[in-house]
Amino acid sequence: MTTLAPTVPSPRDALPKAAQPTYLNVETTLRSWLLTTDHKRIGILYLVSIVVFFALGGVFALAIRLEHLTPNPTLMDAMTYNRMFTLHGVVMVWLFLIPSIPAVFGNFVLPIMLGAKDVAFPRLNLASWYIFMAGSIIVLVSTISSGIDTGWTFYPPYSSYSNTAVPTALFGVFIIGFSTIITGVNFIVTTHTMRKSGLRWLQMPLLVWALYGTSIIQVLATPVLGMVLLLVMLDNGLGWGFFNPATGGDPVLFQHLFWFYSHPAVYIMILPSMGVVSEVVTTFSRKNPFSYKAIAYSSLGIAFVGFLTWGHHMFVSGMSKFDAGAFGILSMLVAIFSAIKVFNWTWTLKGGAVSLKTPLLYVFAFLFLFVFGGMTGVAVAATSLDVHWHDTYFVVAHFHFIMVGGALTGFLAALHYWFPKMTGKMYSERLGLLSAALVFAGFFATFFPQFLLGNAGMPRRYFNYPPQFQVLHLVSTSGSWILAAGLIIAAIVLLYALKWGHPVGPNPWGSRSFEWRTDSPPPKHNFHREPNFDVGTYDYTQPLLGKYDDPRPLPPLPQDVA
Amino acid sequence: MEFMRTILALPAGASTFADRVDGLHIFVITVTMIMSTLVFVAAAWFTIHYHRKRDDQLTKRLSASAFREGGIIGGILVLFVTWWLIGYRQYIEIMEPPPDAEVVYVDAKQWMWKFAYADGRSSNDTLTVPVGRPVKLVMTSRDVIHSFFVPEFRVKHDVLPGRYVTLWFQATKPGVYPIWCAEYCGVSHSLMRGQVRVLTAAEYEQWKSAGSDVILEADCGTGPGSCGGADLAEIGRAVAERRQCLACHTLDGQPHIGPTWSRLFGSTRELADGRRVVADEAYLTRSMMEPNVDLVAGYRDVMPVYQGVLQPAEAAAIVELIRSLRDGQPPSGVSLPKLEIEAVLDGGTSP
Repeated sequence: MTTLAPTVPSPRDALPKAAQPTYLNVETTLRSWLLTTDHKRIGILYLVSIVVFFALGGVFALAIRLEHLTPNPTLMDAMTYNRMFTLHGVVMVWLFLIPSIPAVFGNFVLPIMLGAKDVAFPRLNLASWYIFMAGSIIVLVSTISSGIDTGWTFYPPYSSYSNTAVPTALFGVFIIGFSTIITGVNFIVTTHTMRKSGLRWLQMPLLVWALYGTSIIQVLATPVLGMVLLLVMLDNGLGWGFFNPATGGDPVLFQHLFWFYSHPAVYIMILPSMGVVSEVVTTFSRKNPFSYKAIAYSSLGIAFVGFLTWGHHMFVSGMSKFDAGAFGILSMLVAIFSAIKVFNWTWTLKGGAVSLKTPLLYVFAFLFLFVFGGMTGVAVAATSLDVHWHDTYFVVAHFHFIMVGGALTGFLAALHYWFPKMTGKMYSERLGLLSAALVFAGFFATFFPQFLLGNAGMPRRYFNYPPQFQVLHLVSTSGSWILAAGLIIAAIVLLYALKWGHPVGPNPWGSRSFEWRTDSPPPKHNFHREPNFDVGTYDYTQPLLGKYDDPRPLPPLPQDVA
Repeated sequence: MEFMRTILALPAGASTFADRVDGLHIFVITVTMIMSTLVFVAAAWFTIHYHRKRDDQLTKRLSASAFREGGIIGGILVLFVTWWLIGYRQYIEIMEPPPDAEVVYVDAKQWMWKFAYADGRSSNDTLTVPVGRPVKLVMTSRDVIHSFFVPEFRVKHDVLPGRYVTLWFQATKPGVYPIWCAEYCGVSHSLMRGQVRVLTAAEYEQWKSAGSDVILEADCGTGPGSCGGADLAEIGRAVAERRQCLACHTLDGQPHIGPTWSRLFGSTRELADGRRVVADEAYLTRSMMEPNVDLVAGYRDVMPVYQGVLQPAEAAAIVELIRSLRDGQPPSGVSLPKLEIEAVLDGGTSP
């Protein structure tokens, strides 16, 4: 293998900074942002919008936790509470988690990782953001008009009768579905057709494999959700009866269709996080993954087997015993793929040169919480245990361990990991570590007591609860404020760094991954010249010569000082 | 066991399932906690031990051997499959009521539980059962989906509108245990609570003979043998008459437009499409709600759909009537009307 010759001057070395525009300052008008087809700018548009939605969903969550300080009404009435937990679920699932890593970081780094100038369909990419925003605004309008009180699962026949804004909210989610599908198609086509010549499938960064698996799920599962939501809209809005037994429909059919999407949707949320973990672990341990193929293929395994497990949401819903057994064992098979990944990530650290930076601390949180969440998932798939746990706080705790402990910590790891690449600035490492530790501790304090609540039999979506549960609710509510504090500190640290952070070089982490072989922030078309991918993305056995191997910060340039 | 229950906040077990389910629970959760801690400790240890010494430090290429990778996968697979085997055996047991179980009909609505016993009495929100005997609940809902959950028994099942589902348990300790609705059902979901009163054998007999005079809310009609103080089968007979079921179905074994109800319960039915099904509660209810789905071979598809017509309590009473006729003999207290059968084969369209 050849290495980059140290003598080749890069354009940046030769020119003063002001003369070489980055994707951020090549144009700065609002119009240039709203009409951009640059995948990096679209990633930023997504980032800003979903962070706002995440904050909104977080406020709902804090309100729910505060309500549970006492067994009886604390802050709100039962109807408001029901709207709160529904909106919390809808906003967090469809307005934050589903688009989170793929639409933000996938958009930003996927083309760079493949050595491409952009995604395959840049205009469709922009359209996906507008469609996402349109759907999100419709969902928020339904919130303002009368809210929805069905829970994010919209189970009929309750959702057929509910006189809240069910059709509006469902229509919003229906529209968001199109943006998910477009992003998925875009990534699949980009991965197939836009790879730099000579870059083979088994040389791609592992994030690309994870995003590829995610995209397959997005394209195949989302249409089923769209269809089923449309039918519920007709049931509720026009009084039709696809799922209402009073008019000859079958509510269990809805559950099958809904979970056919919504279980794979969990992998839409967690697979990209797994991709991030693969990147962060290798970069901060400066080592090749313990088994590249095992991690890559298990992403596809999860995407495929994930389609065959939906029935584990329905062990007590009225399904045959045979089905329950089959779905139980298939669900455990998915966990095997996850276990392969966890084992390989952990053993990647062995023999490495590990540096515990903020992204890696988030990944450690991910490892602990994801293993805990995943194995309680296996526990719930052991059918008889689910009979007791189903629809209790145990399940609530389990899926928050996956969606917050897994997907959200993956998102935060990604945000800190690629922040220097996206902005060219470095955040305060110490405060970053502090916020990561608070998020970890706060999360655990919030959700671990909920496992115990579930064991004790506390059903989910209870406004009032028997007084014996109060102590555990109190611990959980306290934890939610530690978690919130951690997130607020992280937000302040990053916003501060955006303006006053120290400028960084192209590769502040000393990573071998391809996106670090261009400037930070990258130029409009990602590379100034044909990128050199001769050194493999996980090859830490040789130095990556040239400025892309220099993890030192840049000396401040005149305009940064001023 | 009690120690682990306390740590895990599990309520004391009060059914025949509880101890075994909790055994698996403790096994699974202990392994889960150990594994997640081990992964975390391993990661932390590698981080300390292989700490980066120089900014430009390089590392050697290390890869998993297929043998090791396979060993890990195999080990975890064996563990998971063991859990599944234990769990699924328990699940089948929980979902399969024994044939000698006492039957109580459960009718859920927003936001209360109604219980109808085979002897005709009924109650709201309090289910009375004997200790040490299997009890089977035949459950349906009048409006939205509810879920019947008794944490102390470790049992739960969704209660659906338009169909009957069954759940069974055998209580092991007398006492009063909460029933919670576990499926979100509207604004007062969290107040849809009831209780199971488990009585000793003696107390239960006393309760039974005390003869509550509450009868099912489906009215008894005015037909022959009107049902004052009657049991559920007798109420079913009255309902069947009022709803014109007996225009096509006989109770004494004679063939008519529809199959006779005599010796029907528990028999194997051959359907028009060649399937064979057992006439249990679920089949009977389905045949009322969607008669065209499981059409019995040799009969024409003329029965109207009773979906939305028949109240759940009425359907329960009819099922109980059919059950009471399983041996061909009507139980005492049920008076069979004599039918004048005219046109057996002309297949009229009256219901």
